Amino acid sequence: MAETLLFNALRAAVDEEMQRDPTVFVLGEDVGHYGGSYKVTKDLYKKYGDLRVLDTPIAENSFTGMAVGAAMTGLRPIIEGMNMGFLLLAFNQIANNAGMLRYTSGGNYKIPMVIRGPGGVGRQLGAEHSQRLEAYFQGVPGLKLVACSTPYNAKGLLKAAIRDDNPVLFFEHVLLYNLKEDLPDEEYVLPLDKAEIVQRGKDVTILTYSRMRHHCLAALKTLTQQGYNPEIIDLISLKPLDFDTIGESIAKTHKVIIVEECMRSGGIGAELTASINDRFFDELDAPVLRLASQDIPTPYNGMLENLTIVQPQQIVEAVQKMVALRV
Amino acid sequence: MSQERTIPTLPSVNPVSRDEGLMLYEDMVLGRAFEDKCAEMYYRGKMFGFVHLYNGQEAVSTGVIRAMRPGEDYVCSTYRDHVHALSVGVPARNVMAELFGKATGCSKGRGGSMHLFSSEHRLLGGYAFIGEGIPVALGAAFQTKYRRETMGDESADQVTAAFFGDGTTNNGQFFECLNMAALWNLPIIFVVENNKWAIGMAHERATSQPEIFKKASVFGMPGREVDGMDVLAVRTVAQEAVARARAGEGPTLIECLTYRFRGHSLADPDELRSKAEKEEWLARDPIKRLAAYLTDKNLVSADELKAIDRRIQEVVEDAVKFAQDSPEPDPSELYRYVFAED
Ligand SMILES: Cc1ncc(C[n+]2csc(CCOP(=O)(O)OP(=O)(O)O)c2C)c(N)n1
Ligand SMILES: [Mg+2]
Repeated sequence: MAETLLFNALRAAVDEEMQRDPTVFVLGEDVGHYGGSYKVTKDLYKKYGDLRVLDTPIAENSFTGMAVGAAMTGLRPIIEGMNMGFLLLAFNQIANNAGMLRYTSGGNYKIPMVIRGPGGVGRQLGAEHSQRLEAYFQGVPGLKLVACSTPYNAKGLLKAAIRDDNPVLFFEHVLLYNLKEDLPDEEYVLPLDKAEIVQRGKDVTILTYSRMRHHCLAALKTLTQQGYNPEIIDLISLKPLDFDTIGESIAKTHKVIIVEECMRSGGIGAELTASINDRFFDELDAPVLRLASQDIPTPYNGMLENLTIVQPQQIVEAVQKMVALRV
Repeated sequence: MSQERTIPTLPSVNPVSRDEGLMLYEDMVLGRAFEDKCAEMYYRGKMFGFVHLYNGQEAVSTGVIRAMRPGEDYVCSTYRDHVHALSVGVPARNVMAELFGKATGCSKGRGGSMHLFSSEHRLLGGYAFIGEGIPVALGAAFQTKYRRETMGDESADQVTAAFFGDGTTNNGQFFECLNMAALWNLPIIFVVENNKWAIGMAHERATSQPEIFKKASVFGMPGREVDGMDVLAVRTVAQEAVARARAGEGPTLIECLTYRFRGHSLADPDELRSKAEKEEWLARDPIKRLAAYLTDKNLVSADELKAIDRRIQEVVEDAVKFAQDSPEPDPSELYRYVFAED
């Protein structure tokens, strides 16, 4: 496929899966004729028709419930949240039905569906369009939470999510859609439950995901110049967490820094910290250090916004401190 | 007392054969006897949580579901779901066992009274939150159209019925789904069981337009008003709606004027509804009404009906015994069914 932008990698994943399986369809606001707010479904309606690339009215709760009903009866819906934040209106259908219904029904129904779309903190979009939703959804039983971060993993993970028989919340980041990468020509599918080792190292384990992976890589440049050798792991699966990969890394470095865009309170990092303490406490040389975004609505002002989310320089300092065990 | 509406009468009801009459009678009696038994079991501490009984509304479940193809068409319910489950054919044993929380329950003891499911019977479920079943039903109806139109499946002519109460029609999902159903011409029937009350909220205190069937018109959808205490009237209207949906002519909203003979749930002291109102509606008991019709028309004898009553009583007793004797869910399977692979 040669050099591909992330949104086109997602588009290719949807296209390939729709081609492969006639029960796969897309629904959401402006996914059809308009092509999706970030063009992930551009022109797919021309190939698959209006029913398979279904433009819905602006009725998040109801079209999400409709996708649940379609999934229960054998289709494989992919919902696009125009912005994932709008799916707060569908919280009931996502939590009570997508997440819990299989269990509540005693296994009568399975719900193979993907809920995907742009999220995270963009550039000065204001609080409502700069949500950190993974914190809200991680408590829902029965949901898988996946965050993509590169064109390569976006494509392979989305294909896996579409094939998965469970409801998958698939997080894309508004600021990553134009990342470019050479993609293989041949088909590939990535495992949904495996973390990705982005950089092998030995000094400290950095656990991150989504856009913060790229902040960690920015910090890595400085850190390498200073002689540090951190291991960077992209979690990929935010629920369930890949404790095999995480544990192996901790057994090597004995130090953990979490870098996330999520809220500090009750976020992915909070859960991760608690679980690492539960599972790997004896391996740790220092308490887990958590870099998270501030517990405030994301402010509009650019300078305040930068203060709200983690910056590469903070990661550099955290590694310096952690390696010197000044924590 | 909440306002009374004039009970509508249809110009004519579709006649029923003797067999159909017996089938309808049996289904309604099963619903009634099952619910009475639930009350008894609840007070004896055999079932727990919120239990919402259906007494009085039987003509709606039987009239609609038995006008469909049970096991083939889809039915979506609410927390007041026992009788819908029975009408679609989930055995009384498995419904009762679910209420007892047993492993043999239709939801394996994970669901309880408000969450009865059976994929085998195409029961899409009991939903405990107001309105949330409506979109799910819409999805099943969409699926039928999708299979037919994009996958060339000629056998995809199933109809979906979504049941919900008067109070639920003030929720956004009702309007959103009416819109989408009409927009996409989906094979769905919205069945409003207007029993005049939403717990303690009298219908006309909650809505600016109490005549719910009229709300269909703004979506370009037929809205029908029917006497929900008359199973033959409900059946007539339902048959027409099912035929329309099956023929690809789109959705229908049916408002059934009905009444629950018990409190909102078994935990409800039922203090707001007046004695006069209750008596007026009790006098319109749909089971007695059908019995009178069948005997007046000489389709069946009173003895035959009594024999059905006795047989159903046995079915219900057997369900209780089955539930009682069934095993508890296996504690080692606590996590089972969270994910599809389990
Ligand atoms: C979203 C939501 N809000 C509130 C409730 C509590 N509740 C349960 S039943 C009910 C009344 C519903 O009335 P109606 O729709 O008329 O149905 P009925 O109980 O009369 O069959 C309410 C408010 C709920 N279950 N779900
Ligand atoms: Mg009501």
